[in-house]
Amino acid sequence: MHLSPTLRISLLFLVIAIAALFFADIAITTANPWRDLGRFFLGVATPDFFSTEGLATALLRTVAFAFVGVALGSACGFLLSLIYRFYPVRIFCAFIRAIHELFWALIFLQFFGFHPLTGVLAIAIPYSGIFAKVYSEILDEADPGPARLLPPGTGIISTFLYTRIPDCWVQLRTYTAYRLECGLRSSAILGFVGLPTLGFYLETSFSQGLYSQAGAMLILFYVLIATIPLWVKPKLLPVYILGAPFFLGDGMPIVWGNVARFFTQDIIPAPLRDGEGLTELGAWFSDLMLTEALPGIWNTLLLTQIALVATGILTLLAFPLISNHFGGPIRRTSGHVFLVIARSTPEYILAYILLQLWGPSMLPAVVALALHNGGIIGHLIGRQTNTIQLRPDAPTGYRRYSWELVPRVYRSFLAFLFYRWEIIMRETAILGILGIYTLGFYVDSAIQQIRFDRAMVLILITALLNIGIDILGRYIRRKLALQTMPTC
Amino acid sequence: MSGFELSGLTASFDGERVLGPLSLDVREGERVALVGKSGAGKSTLIKLIHDRVDGHASLVPQDLGLVNGLPVFHNVFMGQLDAHPAWYNTVTLVRPFRKDKEAVKSLLRELGMVDKFWTPAASLSGGQRQRVAVARAIYRNANLLLADEPISALDGPLAHLVMKALSQRFATSVIALHDVEIALAYATRIVGIQDGQIALDESSDRLSAADIMPLY
Repeated sequence: MHLSPTLRISLLFLVIAIAALFFADIAITTANPWRDLGRFFLGVATPDFFSTEGLATALLRTVAFAFVGVALGSACGFLLSLIYRFYPVRIFCAFIRAIHELFWALIFLQFFGFHPLTGVLAIAIPYSGIFAKVYSEILDEADPGPARLLPPGTGIISTFLYTRIPDCWVQLRTYTAYRLECGLRSSAILGFVGLPTLGFYLETSFSQGLYSQAGAMLILFYVLIATIPLWVKPKLLPVYILGAPFFLGDGMPIVWGNVARFFTQDIIPAPLRDGEGLTELGAWFSDLMLTEALPGIWNTLLLTQIALVATGILTLLAFPLISNHFGGPIRRTSGHVFLVIARSTPEYILAYILLQLWGPSMLPAVVALALHNGGIIGHLIGRQTNTIQLRPDAPTGYRRYSWELVPRVYRSFLAFLFYRWEIIMRETAILGILGIYTLGFYVDSAIQQIRFDRAMVLILITALLNIGIDILGRYIRRKLALQTMPTC
Repeated sequence: MSGFELSGLTASFDGERVLGPLSLDVREGERVALVGKSGAGKSTLIKLIHDRVDGHASLVPQDLGLVNGLPVFHNVFMGQLDAHPAWYNTVTLVRPFRKDKEAVKSLLRELGMVDKFWTPAASLSGGQRQRVAVARAIYRNANLLLADEPISALDGPLAHLVMKALSQRFATSVIALHDVEIALAYATRIVGIQDGQIALDESSDRLSAADIMPLY
C-alpha cells in the first residue's frame, strides 16, 4: 500500500503515542473530580474582583516583570542576532532558550532570593536566545539589493540602519509584540515559584478553595491579554519600558555571599566538593542517572509524545470552529472565544487547575498541553482555511472537511505541530514541578533537598533533550519540505 | 573618474555565456544609449560596468533597489550616506536636517514628486518609484551615470522630464533604453547589443531610427 510521507510520519507518531499510553499513568485519583470541576466553573462564572487587594498589585507586577524581561531580552537578543552567524553564538542561544523560564527562576532564586532580578532574568535570558534566532532569521530575509547601491565608503552602521532595518521593521515589531504576549504568560506563571505575580495569588486562592477569587484572576488575565492592542501603543512603549522597573516591587535584598557560595560550592558535584576521588564522582553520576535522570527522561518523552498527538487531534477538531466554511456567525464567535481562552491560558496554569481537580497523573498535563497548543495551532489553521476559495459545487459538512479542507491545510498543520514539538517538551519537563514525574519533578526535588549539584545536572540534561528534539523536529520539517513562519 | 576603458567583459548564466567577450570604452562627456531586444544582455552589461568601476557611479538598476519601508525622502538621501558620519545618518533617520530636506525637496520638485516627500516607497506607483530611484542617482552625484531602463514606466512628458534632468546632471552616462526615439534624442552615441555582442556602435547624429530597427 502506498502512503504519502506526511501520512506515514503522522501514523508513526500516532502509533508511538498509543504505545506510550500503555506506559503512562493517566488515572483520575481524586474522589470527586467532576464536582470539583463544577465548583471551579461556578467560581469562574461568579468572579469576585474585590476579595483581595493583592489582585491589582499582582496584575501590575505581572505586567511590570513582562515588560522589563521582554525589553531586556529583546535588546540582548537583537545584539546577539547581529553575530548569530557565528557557530558558538548559535550554540549559546540554543542552550539558553532550551531552559524554561521557571528553571531559570529556580536557579536564580537560590542565590538572588526573592529579588526582582530573579524574575527579570528568568524571562530575559531564555527570551534573548529566542529573539536572537528569530531576529536573525527576519534580518536575513531583507532585500540585499539596496545595500549594493549605496556609495562606496558608506559605514556599516548607516548601511544597516537604512537598508536592513526598514525592510524588516514590520516583522520585527509584530514578532516582538507577540513575544510580549508570551512574556505576560511567563510572568504570570513565575508566581508559582513565589514571585509576586499572578500565579502566586492564583495558587493561594486555589489551595484555599476560593474559586471565585481564582476565577476573577483568570478573567482579568484574559482581559489583559485580549486588550493588548488597546493599551500597548508604540507611543506609550517608552513610558512602559522606562516605568516598569519601578513597579517590580522590592523583594528581598541580594546576599552576595550566597551568590559566591552557589557558584563555588553548591553546584560543584558533591564528591568533588568533599575531595573524594573520580570513582566516587562516577558512582554519584551513575546514581543520579539511574534513579532520577533516566526515569525523568522516560516520563518526559512519554508525556511529550502523547501530548503532541493529542494537540494534533484537538487542532483538527477545533479549526472548523472558526472556519468560514462551516456553520454560522454564532458558532464561529463561540469558537473564537474558546480558542482565545485555550491559547491565552499558560499550559502551566491549565495543568495546575486540572491537577487540583483530578489529582496527580499525566492526564491533566496531557489535557493542558493539548488545550493550549491545540488552541494556538487551531487558530492559525482555522484562519488559513478562511483564505481558501472552494468551487461553488464543493461538498458540504463532513465531506467538505475531510476532502476539501484537511488535505489543503495538512502540510502547514504538520509544520506548526513539529515546530511546537520542542515547546511542548520544554513545558512537559517543567510540569514536573506540579508533581508529575517528568524531569522537572526531579529538578524540583533536588532543589528542595538543597542538592543543587544534582539539580544543575538535571537541568543540563533537560536542555540537551530539548536541543535534540529541536534538531529532530527541524530535520523532519526539512525532510517533508514543511514551511512555517516563526510566529507560532 | 568619469569615462572608462573596459575590456574582456563577459558574463555567463548557468554555464552558458550570455554576454561578451566585448570591450567598451566610454570617454568623458559621452552619453551612451544601449539599445537592443530584451534579453540581449543590456542589463548584464550595466551590472558588469557597475562592478568594474567598483560602484563609483550613480546607478538606476532595473529593479530600482528602493527600501520599501522608508519614505521617499530617505530613499533619495541614501545616495549620500557616505558623505556623513553614522550619527548624522542615524539622526536623519528619525529627524532629517533642514538643509538635506531642502536639497531633496528641490530635486523632487523638478521630477514632479514633491507631494510624495513622506510617502513610504511601498505605496508608490511604478512610475513614481522609478523617479525616486532616478532622484537617488542624481542626489548621489557621481561623475558617471549607469541606468537600466529608467523611464520604462513613464509616459511621454514625464519620460522627457526625467531624461532632461539626467542629461543636465551627468556629462557621462550609459543608459539602457527601449525607446529608440528617446535614445536618438538624448544620447551622443548609440551602442546596439545583439546576442551578447556589440552589433552597432555609432555616433547618434549619424543614425536614424531605421538604422537601429534591425536589432529588434
